[in-house]
Amino acid sequence: MATARLPLEHSAAPAAGRRLRPRRGAPIRLWSGIVHLLLIALLLAFCLAPFVWLLETSLKTPDDLYSIPPKLLPVPVDVRNYVTIWQGRPFLQNVFNSAAVASAATAVSLLIGALCAYALARLRFHGKSLILGTVLAVSMFPGIAIVSPLYLFFSRLELINSKTALVLPYVTFTLPLCVWLLTAFFRDLPPDLEEAALVDGATPLGAFRNVIVPLAAPGVFTAAILIFIFAWNEFLFARTFMNSAESYTVPPAISMFEGTGTFVIPWGQITAASAVVTVPLIVLVLLFQRRIISGLTAGAIKG
Amino acid sequence: MPPDVPRAQRGRMLRGARAAEVRLACLLVAPALLAIALVAFYPLVSDLWLSLHTKNLRFPARGEPFVGLQNYAALAEDARFWNALRNTALITAVSVSAELILGMLAALAIHRAFRGRGMVRAALLVPWAMTTVVTARMWDWIFNANYGVFNAVLLKLRLIESYRAWTASADSAIWVVIGADVWKTMPFMALLLLAGLQMIPAELYEGARIDGAGTWRLFWRITLPLLRPSILVALLFRTLDAVRIFDLPFVLTGGGPGYATETLSIYAYRTLFTNLDFGYGATLAFGMFIAVMIVAVFYVKILGSDTARAM
Repeated sequence: MATARLPLEHSAAPAAGRRLRPRRGAPIRLWSGIVHLLLIALLLAFCLAPFVWLLETSLKTPDDLYSIPPKLLPVPVDVRNYVTIWQGRPFLQNVFNSAAVASAATAVSLLIGALCAYALARLRFHGKSLILGTVLAVSMFPGIAIVSPLYLFFSRLELINSKTALVLPYVTFTLPLCVWLLTAFFRDLPPDLEEAALVDGATPLGAFRNVIVPLAAPGVFTAAILIFIFAWNEFLFARTFMNSAESYTVPPAISMFEGTGTFVIPWGQITAASAVVTVPLIVLVLLFQRRIISGLTAGAIKG
Repeated sequence: MPPDVPRAQRGRMLRGARAAEVRLACLLVAPALLAIALVAFYPLVSDLWLSLHTKNLRFPARGEPFVGLQNYAALAEDARFWNALRNTALITAVSVSAELILGMLAALAIHRAFRGRGMVRAALLVPWAMTTVVTARMWDWIFNANYGVFNAVLLKLRLIESYRAWTASADSAIWVVIGADVWKTMPFMALLLLAGLQMIPAELYEGARIDGAGTWRLFWRITLPLLRPSILVALLFRTLDAVRIFDLPFVLTGGGPGYATETLSIYAYRTLFTNLDFGYGATLAFGMFIAVMIVAVFYVKILGSDTARAM
């Protein structure tokens, strides 16, 4: 958390520095202020405009949707797309599949990752850097390099179309992030606390569960969000290991979202379905943006 | 004699405690390593093994004869492979450098203190968090040949005379993919660079300013050198992602028109799961692994020599 708060104090300092030369700098400061404002406005438009357009499209009437040139605003607002996306296809099931797979992957990855990270951060044994290196190397594996042997493996075990076939690779591919984040987090916690617990007669595992885990809750939570988002968005494994419409998770479902019975690509429904699966994600991200940013950047800076 | 007894006992207890600690460590690390061995390393070795054999699921009767390096030799003759390699290299080079430049601009703009800074930082997370498949369909719609807003805006600005089918033309399709990729991943680059900027002590700037250095000089003399590790790490992550690119072109253009946007991952995927040619597909896939490792080692070497020099 310390790394997350530090920047805010720093940011005020350059402003103070600029005040050293008041007169000569004034017009320059005005200009740089305007340029800065423009840059920020451009940046906001760049990030948000395509998504806003997606939302607007989903709320248009069929006539407005296919008008040339496109109408700027969705008036009158039409929410029919948000009703029809659930009809005639197992989209609700797909959303449920994604939620189940992502939750399971998050729970298992956190459990396995936290145990490993605790050992790496606190216990004395040889080969720590080898283990950390191995775990990190996994994050560089191209998914395509392992997807076909896994496919054959899961076929033999009759796990195709089962959620296990997705949870296993998701856990493995989020372990690097999880182990790396939590090891850094556990190391930052003062060791005196659990030593005191050990002196009081607690077992190392007891000290871990009762002292470390509660203190590390923010780090665990950050890891959980990042793992969940990864699993929610993953496409390659989901498309390969799931081959019936009922077993799809959201990404393959959206990639194959077609109209029921028409030849026209139903853009209204595609954008509505996209909005339905994206808006909760965006709310989550906005609520926990500080955590996510510190989690994303902590690994990069410390690594 | 008597004083020695407790010491020996203590030594034994300590040694016992150390052994218990190592045992516990093995136990705690085991599940993670097991998962990695089973789901990452075993498939990789299996891939290497498959790439040395002929195996096609369409013709199971032919079995899996060992063919040595024949599959790898076939790569040299395979025009579709070289095409995919060229596309992947173009996407990687253009989109990573565009992201670096735009990401740097964005990071510098956000680094300066202003009201609403937190909101802008949050907005950066929107493209990052969005599912890539959703991103692909969103850009497909924006670039739509008949109803797309991109065509409408360009026509309004008189940059084009009539609507164009951007994703259906071999010349423009790859630029649509690159544009969509830059949109999706530039914010991540900006956030990493921003975190790097915030680690640079403000006193350095104050000192240099008092010495009369201008903004441009400050950027080249202080910001850029001190940001070097952050830039390298961001480039490492992004280059690896770009080399592996799959979801975005697969959903946006399907690798088309023709093979105009087919990347290495898409070609390998089609060989594996459309042609069911698991031998040659494994060769392509393992080749990608090698390519990714070369990129990783290259960056890690630069980072390592930087660190060594700093010490």
